[in-house]
Amino acid sequence: MNTLETNDIQHFLLARTPALAARYEFLTFREPAAGLTWLSGLIDKVGTAASVGSHSPDARWVTLAFTWNGLRALGLDEDSLNSFPDEFKQGMAARAEILGITGANHPRHWLGSLASSEVHAIAILFARDVTERERCRAEHARYLDEIKGVDVISSLDLEAILPFKYPREHFGYRDRLSHPLIEGVDAGATCGWEKPTKAGEFFVGYVDESGYVPVAPQPDILSRNGSYIAYLRMEEHVGTFREFLRQNGKTPEEQELVAAKLMGRWRSGAPLTLCPHKDNPELGADAQRTNDFDYGKMDPYGYGCPVGSHMRRMNPRDTAESMERHKMIRRGGTYGPELPEGVPDDGIERGIAAFVGCASLVRQFEFAMNVWTNDPNFKELGNERDPFVGTQDGTFDYTIPKRPIKRKIKGLPAFTTIRGGAYFFLPGIRALRFLAAGCPASQHSS
Amino acid sequence: MADNTWEHPAAMAIPKEGYFKLEQGRYGPVFPRTPACYGFSIFAKVIPGKEAAFYEHANEMEAAIAGTPDYLAALKLHYLRWLLIPVKGETYFMYQGIFDTDFDKYTEDAVSLFNNIGLHTVFENLEGFPKDWKTNPAAFIKFVRDHQLPSFLEYGEYPYVSADEIKKALKVKASLSNMLDQMQ
Repeated sequence: MNTLETNDIQHFLLARTPALAARYEFLTFREPAAGLTWLSGLIDKVGTAASVGSHSPDARWVTLAFTWNGLRALGLDEDSLNSFPDEFKQGMAARAEILGITGANHPRHWLGSLASSEVHAIAILFARDVTERERCRAEHARYLDEIKGVDVISSLDLEAILPFKYPREHFGYRDRLSHPLIEGVDAGATCGWEKPTKAGEFFVGYVDESGYVPVAPQPDILSRNGSYIAYLRMEEHVGTFREFLRQNGKTPEEQELVAAKLMGRWRSGAPLTLCPHKDNPELGADAQRTNDFDYGKMDPYGYGCPVGSHMRRMNPRDTAESMERHKMIRRGGTYGPELPEGVPDDGIERGIAAFVGCASLVRQFEFAMNVWTNDPNFKELGNERDPFVGTQDGTFDYTIPKRPIKRKIKGLPAFTTIRGGAYFFLPGIRALRFLAAGCPASQHSS
Repeated sequence: MADNTWEHPAAMAIPKEGYFKLEQGRYGPVFPRTPACYGFSIFAKVIPGKEAAFYEHANEMEAAIAGTPDYLAALKLHYLRWLLIPVKGETYFMYQGIFDTDFDKYTEDAVSLFNNIGLHTVFENLEGFPKDWKTNPAAFIKFVRDHQLPSFLEYGEYPYVSADEIKKALKVKASLSNMLDQMQ
């Protein structure tokens, strides 16, 4: 059976919701029974991709996911717990140094107790607007109050930056430009520049790009149609970023070019490989054309898009080995108020709180962090890290390839700080029911 | 002019653990770059009677590389050596690679390439190789790491030079030679 069971997969990685607001609640189960009650009462609110489509009247979308400690707190047996991969068992905080999440980004500085083993679950709420989010927040608070024994350890409210002409983050870059095509999901959406990736790269229980169905946590009813999601809360230092642009560009045009060189795209979304000298907002907004390029043939030396730019590190396209084995689905949004242009930094935390969805944390998310993001010698760059997501402390450089001689910016400041993170397993709907029923042994072989 | 490290042959004695300071990679300790670049040596016992499969693989590899010279480009190799070693009536296999990428960082890509080039056909003839390697990459990687033997001494006549740099130097030399021809 290898047809994607979209009616059993949580909507989260399958379909983007038209949400302008969100809330993430990190929960702990003080009592296993309370956890089961909480879950039982919420399953019907968890939507599949069908809840997101244009025919759906829904204005809010709920996603539930669990840490390894959370699965244990719900009463999953030891054999099943042990069948999960090591990186998931250990959790992101324990593996922070492997990921290169060190220095100011280290879990000892994280907010919201996210490094604690008490984080058992996350309830992700996407809502059409802030009013709807607030209604859901109050409803969930009442529900938790009734149950007693499930507590909110911390939470984060998110809002899109307005006016919402297109999704963007606090530095002003257009967001949500990359989404892998998934075989069996995006069958109609053919793109000349990308072939669909096998569903097993994102959902457990399916053939992946190795050509096989990889071994999965047991029992199958628990793991099938599930995914892993890696959460990162990343503060963006807008004042630092704008000052950096001013220091490194004499005119507004030069500053825009520096901003584009760091990202690999103009802030409009237009890729430097296709328009290296001048922004083209129309191209940036064209979902078909804005990703229609490669690096190997069109920009091998990075004269357009620098080899170390965020976009080229996070998706080296044809210049990486086994690229199809390192694709990921991104979700999330912005939090904190927008800092208007020309206003000094107010010290209020603002940033991106995002999820990376995949079928193997170690091969996909952790590879991306360990190699693409934080390996200083990525593509023989020598002393660089990803300018936005990499752990920066003023000791790394940034190279902008240029004829006749490259431009090297020494001592790149940290534009971001990672404020939290965690690994969750995002079960399918049947798996949620299995967990809520207390993992009955009779279903172990189904 | 900057001091060229490649002009000074260098040796490095390595603690018995294989590293100087424990640094965890995604699959275990990270092994250091030495004057002989990065390296990787797998040592494992051959299932009795399966030696012929290794010689067959050698012919297949020779043909594969002849047909597609960049077959192994992704591994950023200098050299590979395959050995069969008789020990007290048993046969052991050693696969040793010297290359420019940090193996720990690109383990999955290497394993994926191992599969593409059919190296699994020799691994399947080693004791302890996981039978479910096709669907269990973690077990494949664990086998490779469990059978990796780190060096305790490495030497480089031209230390820390990558294969790409060597090829660039030879290209420059060839270009100069060509230039001199054109001047005749």
